[in-house]
Amino acid sequence: MTAPLLRPKRKNPVLRTRLPTLPPAIRSRVALGLTAAAARGSFELQVCRDCATVQYPPREACCACLSDRLDWRVQNGAGELISETLLRHSQELFFRERVPWRLGMVRLDCGPTVIAYLHGDCPAAPARMRIRACLDRAGQAVLVALPEKETPNMADDRQLREMTCDPKFRKVLVTDGKTAAGQAVVEAVAAAGADLIWVGHAEPWKKLPGFDRLKAIPQVALLPLDVTNSRSVKEIAGEIGGRVDILINTADHHRNFGIASRHGVETARAEMETNYLALLRLAQEFAPAMRARGADGQSSAVAWVNLLSIFALSNFPPHGTYSASKAAALSLAQCLRAEMRASGVRVVNVFPGPIDDEWNQQLLPPKLAPAALAAAIVKALQDGIEDVYPGDVAQEWLARWRDNPKALERELAAGAG
Amino acid sequence: MAVAVPVTVPYARYSIRGAHWFLARVLAELLQRSGLTKDKIEGLCVSSFTLAPDTAVGLTQHLGFTLRWLDHIPMGGASGVVALRRAARAVQCGDADIVACIAGDTNHTDSFRLNTATFSQFARDAVYPYGSGGPNASFAFLTAHYMRSYGAEAEDFGKLCVAQRANALKFPYALMKKALTLAEYLSARPIADPLRLFDCVMPCAGAEGFLVLRRERAEELDLAYARVLATIERHNAFPDDPVQYRGGWVLDCDELYRQAGIPPGDIDFVEAYDDYPVITMMQLEDLGFCRKGEGPDFVRRHSFTVDGSFPLNTSGGQLSVGQAGAAGGFLGLVEAIRQVTGQALGGAVADARIGMASGFGMINYDRGLCSGAAILARS
Ligand SMILES: [Zn+2]
Repeated sequence: MTAPLLRPKRKNPVLRTRLPTLPPAIRSRVALGLTAAAARGSFELQVCRDCATVQYPPREACCACLSDRLDWRVQNGAGELISETLLRHSQELFFRERVPWRLGMVRLDCGPTVIAYLHGDCPAAPARMRIRACLDRAGQAVLVALPEKETPNMADDRQLREMTCDPKFRKVLVTDGKTAAGQAVVEAVAAAGADLIWVGHAEPWKKLPGFDRLKAIPQVALLPLDVTNSRSVKEIAGEIGGRVDILINTADHHRNFGIASRHGVETARAEMETNYLALLRLAQEFAPAMRARGADGQSSAVAWVNLLSIFALSNFPPHGTYSASKAAALSLAQCLRAEMRASGVRVVNVFPGPIDDEWNQQLLPPKLAPAALAAAIVKALQDGIEDVYPGDVAQEWLARWRDNPKALERELAAGAG
Repeated sequence: MAVAVPVTVPYARYSIRGAHWFLARVLAELLQRSGLTKDKIEGLCVSSFTLAPDTAVGLTQHLGFTLRWLDHIPMGGASGVVALRRAARAVQCGDADIVACIAGDTNHTDSFRLNTATFSQFARDAVYPYGSGGPNASFAFLTAHYMRSYGAEAEDFGKLCVAQRANALKFPYALMKKALTLAEYLSARPIADPLRLFDCVMPCAGAEGFLVLRRERAEELDLAYARVLATIERHNAFPDDPVQYRGGWVLDCDELYRQAGIPPGDIDFVEAYDDYPVITMMQLEDLGFCRKGEGPDFVRRHSFTVDGSFPLNTSGGQLSVGQAGAAGGFLGLVEAIRQVTGQALGGAVADARIGMASGFGMINYDRGLCSGAAILARS
């Protein structure tokens, strides 16, 4: 059974920080279908629309009937471990630094045989397994064989932790603790075992609701961080930037209305300041140090989380300028993801539907409770997911957008939010 | 049909030369030993992993051959047998009078990693990202499964490796020059459980080749030749087996002996494809020397040395000579030609009349896809 992870010893500041290396990242285009699903936390394989054959590795045509009508469909991953090895020698630096690796060959009940990482708690072959698709440090999908039933300390498995961004024993910066969502995130990462949680607080002289509860959490340290102020961001980055393992940007400026109902650009500018330019400021000041610490031992820098909105995918006219600022932030987050890639630090984008707060007062339920949003963020970190769509509204919008983005645009224009 | 002039260009662990150099050396020696001039080689069949960006076509201009028949066989460990089959058909049909079959690769310090990383689309998408262990990891799976299914023990695989090393000590080109004991085999460094160091071949540079021609032509040229009694090949056999425990030989074994007109018991020695000993054991089963699952027992009953019972991999095989890329798919066939034509460089099998060489290649994803075998006889 996996031994529980122990709190890491204090780092010797004289020792050189190991530079990040990555597992092989090259995939054929057709294989990226597996990555696209894993980014959402889903395990999907190609299924032939004409003969229903499930196949793996990914192909350009059905290996049974040669049809090219192949759909990526969710699989339950159930299968049997038929062979395993403990790999002690590798051709690539990333693995050489981490051998031995436990690998298994699993025959899925749906047909194909897969090669997968084998969790330390899996029994010897033959044994029942379940396969999950995870993103590895290179950001590409890999398959992981897990024991059929949960085991104690399962997330602490050495190999699994190389794929995930578990907050346990890590230092987390939550950039804005003022909002309901920000406060819920702080509580959730504390409950998940974060070692230290810095919480940004733009106006430290104000006594805000909820701050007494945050202060009562032993790991929490309040910081005077104003993400709309470049100097403030620079100062705080200089103070703690070299120690942040997970950055969760919860800063959010949200006003209603689109173009016609509000005169001038002041509201839109304020939204861009907090929702877009703040991300740019944070990225410029915090990302370099996090990139350098992508392989810094057990508690390395692992993740950067952006709280976006499902409105980033397609403009929601009643919240039109807000949607635009979140679309800008999404685009910048893709740039940040690309720039973080070589370090193995994962950029996680969170696309909630309307959160149950004052600015969504006029929207009908279902609305996402801040605690549910926070739980989804922590789970995404623990599961190693890259794109998170928490709640029923986000899931429905995502399904409509993936099915036909133009249709969604028309529906939203007609007020069918 | 005849095969003649078995050539091995001495192997080296690493080389600063390109694959073209090794292929040139093997052609030069084929010409020199046969007394032929370049224009008499009408057909060429090439196998190499490190010839890129060239193919066999580029090689014709690089080495100045004008040909009327040309083939390029990218089938790794099955290349030798398949090259022989293709060349024999070409000669039979009059497409070429004499075909040179050659295979060779160079090995730089990073060649093996690069070749493994980009070996195939499936390997790149679904194997290499998982620990980048290359063929070691794939064969570890097959070996672990085979051991569990049929009761093979580490000592059984060790026995094959130790016997091959004994054969290799007599073979001048073997890279492994030290005797190997079973105790040393068992205590060697683990590579990918259950595989240990001496279960794995050493990648190296080198080349192999031979000529294919009609028997009358070989006699005219006064070349010692072997008769080709039978050949088989098969690709992607048993795709529904969850894990590989048998090769394509199973489908073609009866046909092989039917063509040759002999039973398995008439074979005097076998050159099995041996990139890992589990594959040797599968070939003993799948090529009719024992039944499926009896491989371990068969190994316990024979000695496998050149002078012992059931001579196997008489030059030491790839496990002791080295694996020079695609030349590894020629090594056994070239050694078989030497044995039946009385030209052994190392230990000679006493009264070797009929020999078998088999090939196995291309771990495209989770299993070897190509299999082949040939039976040769003394002329
Ligand atoms: Zn089909």
